[in-house]
Amino acid sequence: MVVAGVGVVSPAGWGIPSFRQVLSGGIPLAASEMLRPGWPKPLRVLRVPPPQKKPEFLSHPRLRRSSPISQFFLAAGLEALGEDVSKVRDGSIKLGIVVATFSGCVNYSRRFYDETLRDPASASPLVFPETVFNAPASHLAAYLGCRAINYTLVGDPGTFLQALAMAAGWIEEKRVDACLVLGAEEMDWLTGDAFRLFSRKVCVSEGAGALYLRPGDGSGVHLKSVTDSFLFNRQTQRTVAAKNMTNALLSQVRDHEGACLWDGCQDVPSLDRAETEAWKSWTGSRFSVKKILGEGLATTSAWQCVAAVDAMAENNGAEALVSVVGCNQQAIGALFAKNSVAEPV
Amino acid sequence: MLYPAPHLEIKERVAVTGVGILTSFGPGWSINAEGFRAGNPAFREVTLFDVSQQRARKAAEIDLPPDPEIPNLTKQQIKRLDRAALMLLLAAQEAWTHAGWKDVAQLPVVLGTTSGGMNSGQDYYQQAIHHPLAFRNQASRLSQYHCQRQPLELANAFGFGGPITLIANACASGSNAVGHAAELIRNGAARQVLTGGYDALSHLVFSGFDSLQALSTTVCRPFDSARDGLALGEGAAILTLESFTFAKKRGAKILAEIAGYGASTDCHHLTQPQPNGDAAFESMRLAALQAGINPGQVDYINAHGTGTMLNDSAETEAINRWAGEAAPGIKVSSTKGSIGHCLGAAGAIEAALCVMVLQEQWLPPSPATTNPAAECRFQYIRRPGTAACEYVLSNSFGFGGANASLIFRRTV
Repeated sequence: MVVAGVGVVSPAGWGIPSFRQVLSGGIPLAASEMLRPGWPKPLRVLRVPPPQKKPEFLSHPRLRRSSPISQFFLAAGLEALGEDVSKVRDGSIKLGIVVATFSGCVNYSRRFYDETLRDPASASPLVFPETVFNAPASHLAAYLGCRAINYTLVGDPGTFLQALAMAAGWIEEKRVDACLVLGAEEMDWLTGDAFRLFSRKVCVSEGAGALYLRPGDGSGVHLKSVTDSFLFNRQTQRTVAAKNMTNALLSQVRDHEGACLWDGCQDVPSLDRAETEAWKSWTGSRFSVKKILGEGLATTSAWQCVAAVDAMAENNGAEALVSVVGCNQQAIGALFAKNSVAEPV
Repeated sequence: MLYPAPHLEIKERVAVTGVGILTSFGPGWSINAEGFRAGNPAFREVTLFDVSQQRARKAAEIDLPPDPEIPNLTKQQIKRLDRAALMLLLAAQEAWTHAGWKDVAQLPVVLGTTSGGMNSGQDYYQQAIHHPLAFRNQASRLSQYHCQRQPLELANAFGFGGPITLIANACASGSNAVGHAAELIRNGAARQVLTGGYDALSHLVFSGFDSLQALSTTVCRPFDSARDGLALGEGAAILTLESFTFAKKRGAKILAEIAGYGASTDCHHLTQPQPNGDAAFESMRLAALQAGINPGQVDYINAHGTGTMLNDSAETEAINRWAGEAAPGIKVSSTKGSIGHCLGAAGAIEAALCVMVLQEQWLPPSPATTNPAAECRFQYIRRPGTAACEYVLSNSFGFGGANASLIFRRTV
């Protein structure tokens, strides 16, 4: 399963070049301030900067009133598809879409509920449809004229890797010719507010990441495997789930020394503990996207995958492990490899 | 491992071995079968939140048991559950018992929802706005709000691990979930899957549909020429799915087979279907293709049938075209005139209904529909009655153009 394209929107900017540049610099982006009604101090957050020029897709009728998350989706998705956009549009590629999100369209949901509390009789009928979890995926499908299967999955950050596995399965079952997998979140003070209940050190972020999967065994970066989803609940602790995921992922890796680990740590020990412990014996190279770009939930796991694939495409390593120990659901991992690496035995 | 997953050359057949259901009719198979069979409406004035400023005032509310018992959850834990989570757990408990499942350590769960624990989210927001520096219980409300929390409570209650997949494809979520779960078994990726859908009524969602003027201010009458909108409901339904091979080996009673699943996307508009129902046509076509049948073999269609002008006319057009010459022989009804539109639960509840129809060989009427639209070339069922059904089809369509069709087959 070849990764035929990647796309990204992040606090570093719109597109792969700015993302690559910020990650290679290795310096955490400076947070901005966001007012939280009723609080004396603002929240510290990482926002996506305005695009350098207005994206062409915003002129599409479906996107005129769309929320930021839909715009991030479109930008990342179209970048990942690249020149294949025209093949999707003319129907020569039957494209499936799988989206992963945690908070979804939180801007419009908050706004619509606020209107409901003030005066339900005047709550906006234009806003409500944009609150639905699958609104961004619908806009993307409409923009591309894509009538094939399209799922929006909701869950913690590990859901993006579940989405990858699902998409690869659809392709192998020949339900679709190719599949776009996206993770995205948008910023709202509600999200920042919520995270502060668990840690004041987390810097919440926003954006989107996209991987374009196509069948193929030629050159390029391939999705090799996605581990089981190791739940953490009352039966299984987070640390145990993380360790089980690590073991499952390591069993797939051919060359530990030459592989790079893209983990989900963010320099918040209380939140990183399970993942840090699970990977303590890892001796290969390691990179933490969250330390640079903040906690973007489903977006972060998408960024981890985009960064891993992009690094390999730029001839940095032959295997990449993506580790996601989510906030309240699962530990899950994925392995990407250049095709020159032999299948695991 | 989620990927690569097993890929069978000869596909497994998918058996339904347990059903759990909770609607405004009440809890359980018997009371729901009785209600659906009679076509009784189960609506009342909304009591859960203030609707005095809304156009519509009625919905199909559920009376939850005051002191429910859920395995492995303490009374305190049950008390903290969001309304939607409790519905899900009650439906799952019935399905689990019905199937006779025991000691299932690894179990994929595939569920559909549109709003998860929205009532907890609303409580969180109200406190955040009205008492911004008071944090008591906010972490618990937040946790109960997250969609993944409700299936995690399921895993806690029944003691299993395994991947949880939550599909949020608006009003098609429940059907997409059941269809995806069936695919996992058909392809050999799982031997057993717990699937279904759930959604509780919430002020935000009620206000949303009211703002769109999609809610009926009279009586919800799907496919009636004078229909004026939908009525909202709430509920949950759970199906236990197993491969035929495994179900037979363990001696389980097979209630029905899921023979086909089709999904498609309507790109026309965020909330309005393409008038010709092209995507609905496509999802029915794909489901029939997988089931290996033609439209003339379908005895009954449980339509999406919301009761809105646009949905029902597009669905009528789609069924007419898809069924072709077979249309006059196909019986159709919508149960949303009885229990309302249960959103993310709707497809799962209607899947449960289809299993009841195949088991008990009756058809659910829609007596509120007094004058079916002239465009309906099929037989719209308005009175209770029995019927021999071998194949039944269930349609679910949602905002964003999510379309899904499921075909169930009788097993004897």
